[in-house]
Amino acid sequence: MTDVLAGLVAIAPALVLTVTGFVLMALDLLPPRGRHEHLGFVGLAGVVVALVTTVLLWGSDVSAFRGMVVLDNFALFFNLVIGYATGLVLLLSMDYLRRRGQESGEFYILVLFAAVGMVIMASANDLIVIFLGLETMSLSLYVLAGFFRSRIEAGEASMKYFLLGAFASGFFVYGIALIYGATGSTNLDKLGVAVAAGAGRDPLLLIGFGLLVVGFGFKISSVPFHMWTADVYEGAPTSVTALIATGSKAAAFAAFLRLLLASLRPVQADWALLLWGMAVLSMTVGNVVALAQQNLKRMLAFSSIAHVGYMLIGVVAGGALGNAGVLFYLLVYTFTTAGAFGVILLLERGGEEAVRLEDTAGLANRHPLLGLALTIFLLSLIGIPPTAGFVGKFYLFGAAVRSGYYWLAVIGVLNSAVAAYYYLRVIVSMYMREPEGTPTSVVPSFAGALALVVALWGVVQLGLLPAPLFDLAQSAVLPLLR
Amino acid sequence: MTHVLSLVTFVPTLGAAVIFLLPRRSDTLVKVTTLVTSVVTFALSLPLYTRFDPAAADYQFVEQAPWMPTFGVSYHLGVDGISLLLVLLTTFLMPLTLLASWDSIERRWKEFAITMLLLETGMLGVFLALDLFLFYIFWEAMLIPMYLIIGIWGGPNRVYAAIKFILYTLTGSLLMLVAILALYFLHGAATGTYTFDLPVLARYVLPAGRAQDLLFLAFALAFAVKVPMWPFHTWLPDAHVEAPTPGSVILAGVLLKMGTYGFLRFCLPLFPQATLAFAPWMFTLAVIGILYGAWVSTVQTDIKKLVAYSSVSHLGFVVLGLFTLNPQGLVGGIIQMVNHGLSTGALFLIVGMLYERRHTRLIADYGGLWTVVPAMSALFLIVCLSSLGLPGLNGFVGEFLILVGAFQVHRLAAVLATAGIIFAAVYLLWMYQRVVFGPVTREENRRLADLSAREWVILAPVLALIFWIGVYPVAFTSKTEASVQALITQVQTKAAATAALASRTP
Repeated sequence: MTDVLAGLVAIAPALVLTVTGFVLMALDLLPPRGRHEHLGFVGLAGVVVALVTTVLLWGSDVSAFRGMVVLDNFALFFNLVIGYATGLVLLLSMDYLRRRGQESGEFYILVLFAAVGMVIMASANDLIVIFLGLETMSLSLYVLAGFFRSRIEAGEASMKYFLLGAFASGFFVYGIALIYGATGSTNLDKLGVAVAAGAGRDPLLLIGFGLLVVGFGFKISSVPFHMWTADVYEGAPTSVTALIATGSKAAAFAAFLRLLLASLRPVQADWALLLWGMAVLSMTVGNVVALAQQNLKRMLAFSSIAHVGYMLIGVVAGGALGNAGVLFYLLVYTFTTAGAFGVILLLERGGEEAVRLEDTAGLANRHPLLGLALTIFLLSLIGIPPTAGFVGKFYLFGAAVRSGYYWLAVIGVLNSAVAAYYYLRVIVSMYMREPEGTPTSVVPSFAGALALVVALWGVVQLGLLPAPLFDLAQSAVLPLLR
Repeated sequence: MTHVLSLVTFVPTLGAAVIFLLPRRSDTLVKVTTLVTSVVTFALSLPLYTRFDPAAADYQFVEQAPWMPTFGVSYHLGVDGISLLLVLLTTFLMPLTLLASWDSIERRWKEFAITMLLLETGMLGVFLALDLFLFYIFWEAMLIPMYLIIGIWGGPNRVYAAIKFILYTLTGSLLMLVAILALYFLHGAATGTYTFDLPVLARYVLPAGRAQDLLFLAFALAFAVKVPMWPFHTWLPDAHVEAPTPGSVILAGVLLKMGTYGFLRFCLPLFPQATLAFAPWMFTLAVIGILYGAWVSTVQTDIKKLVAYSSVSHLGFVVLGLFTLNPQGLVGGIIQMVNHGLSTGALFLIVGMLYERRHTRLIADYGGLWTVVPAMSALFLIVCLSSLGLPGLNGFVGEFLILVGAFQVHRLAAVLATAGIIFAAVYLLWMYQRVVFGPVTREENRRLADLSAREWVILAPVLALIFWIGVYPVAFTSKTEASVQALITQVQTKAAATAALASRTP
């Protein structure tokens, strides 16, 4: 009986989200049939309950289902990130879907089920469970990416995401199979014991881990597994893009970090070198290609690749500072990116979405507050103090310097300077240019404004008073580093 | 009043917040509020001068509170003889600049006011912060307002100038961030105390060698871009020419001083050995800057561009003075920072006034102004003479002290720099002659109005200071001497300690 209870506690946040999803499915069948906004608010309430559950459970260390699922501070911190990401995306979606004439109950349900998958990945302590979470999340996202099915880009996005994602999943499962063959287990702790005992040199295991890196590299969209990113970000509904950029990335990082820390720490020197290369490539390719983008969603897609590179710096540097830095950065990135996409999805011209750089021309003159909000989000993406983005980068580069990766830090800061150019271009356009032709209009929306306020609060709060959250992140990674 | 420094730093932010809430319709209300805020800030900063103890070398009016205790980051402010005059210069120039913007900024005064006041907070924070983390935050945060001022209210090519300005300075300062982190961890590993506190870090003796050299270079690059020293100066003419008058005044008056201040506050005490090792290089770059800036100024056809290049030359003097590492050179450098802020600031103000009347800055479009606007021409002459270092005016004091200092350590540099003063006379007086003397060559110039009451109010205080420093510099140098002497002692003892450390470890 206690086992069952422990099991329920261990998956409590996922349970809350799942139940909310089912409630939404039932509510969707009931009147009022024409309107769906209330479903969004019910979903949001579920997310808030899941967040409260997370906070209440803080400090617990439960292992359940024969060690396949754990609920520790590490998982709970990621639940926080995922909860904020999902909540913001739900808020952003409500008016947006109605404006696009695509409102339906399934959207909210799928967002919640994607969140369930993410939360499971954060708690997974077994490769099979990671895979289960990964697929739950991915399948929902594949559908969501093509949600505006009448648009041709949506079809492309969904198809590309699905096909490449299926490949990546294939790599992932094959990797699990090889690892199971080499060690006889898929449990992360047992793998750690095997690696520590010297199995790390077994070619079968090495290939297996290599394949897992491919799978994770795809989900976090790191170079050279990033090919899908721009097209999917562009074609998916903007609020779904925000979810893919924040929540799914955080979930993949959660599972990846747990694998690296729990199972592979004995061979850190080997994978650090590999991830060093991925970090440098992701930062450089992401930023350089972003320079050439005229479509804001594509620009933010490449920028997200670059940001994965910054986060990998923290993974390479390791230690409490590096890993906590990654966790902190993911939270910062969630607020910042959700906020930036949240402003972009408000823009339209003649009933069509306006997501190109020139569509922001003169925005700050017509809508000073909205322009200011996007400016703050962009400054945070550049990493200008006193925004949260600066503090996040400060921790990551600090970790790199402390571990002696001076070059990585230098490459990181030079990349930040390159990145400044394309983010500033948007600010230039908003403040210093006048629109040609009809200016874009902004559709006011209560839920959207609420989301922006929450995101701004996160960016400012974490920028001025980062210490409490960073201490939480540190307490989340310390047990894994023992 | 124990929080006087915080008050001075954040009253402008408070003013910006108030203006944010004011209605957009009433421009005059916004203007008055902004001016009152900046005057109040100046008034609040005056006690720093009167209550400053010139005998004490240490930081005064210190405030310290933990901010991120786990990282050793604290909110630490303080002022000493090195920063005192620069803080006062900032608070002094701000109201004048705002008065000069009264009519010349034609659109979006509300946004302009908020940006300027946030900029003031950033600049004061840079001069007052005694924690490297805090310093870096102010240093970077200040870029954005300046970028917006150039980019929104600037001239036709403003976007290019604004982006160039921010990318140059950002690249330099990001490398400094890595160096700050490296210093933090080196100090922490050596002493067990992880802290960003400047006074604590300044006591730490970093072993001589590659690490110290690289850290010095990373800091020096950030500051050299900001000064700007040749060959990192190319952003400056663009930024100055495109910036609106208030932007140019603040850029020349205060922002450029951050680079030279950074050398003094960080490079010298933190990396004494590297400072000594690189001093000949810094002399070389400084002298090249002095001569190059002067020569390029001579051939300019645009008055504003001429003044911009003259800044490269003048700040070469300051850098020369700082790296002499003797009391005359350092005090001269500090005074010269203030002098340049006043003289060049005034030059930009006058160019702005001419531009408001004629909407051109080309030398060829003027001529014979003396007969049309005698008062303005007279003031213009005084400012030019101050800038070229006429004895009796402020510029002479600084340049003389710097040359005295330089002559003791590097004769050739001193001789070449002296030639720079002659060239300064050439480009300034030649420009002045073409603009002011001779017959009126253009019909449009006959109807120009002389200085208005507002313009008198703007220029009179600057001129008063130009004379005051020129005639009685002790009122200012006396405040700096104790800190300068302490800094020199610190550099020498630390350099000796570093050398001893190096000789013990084979």
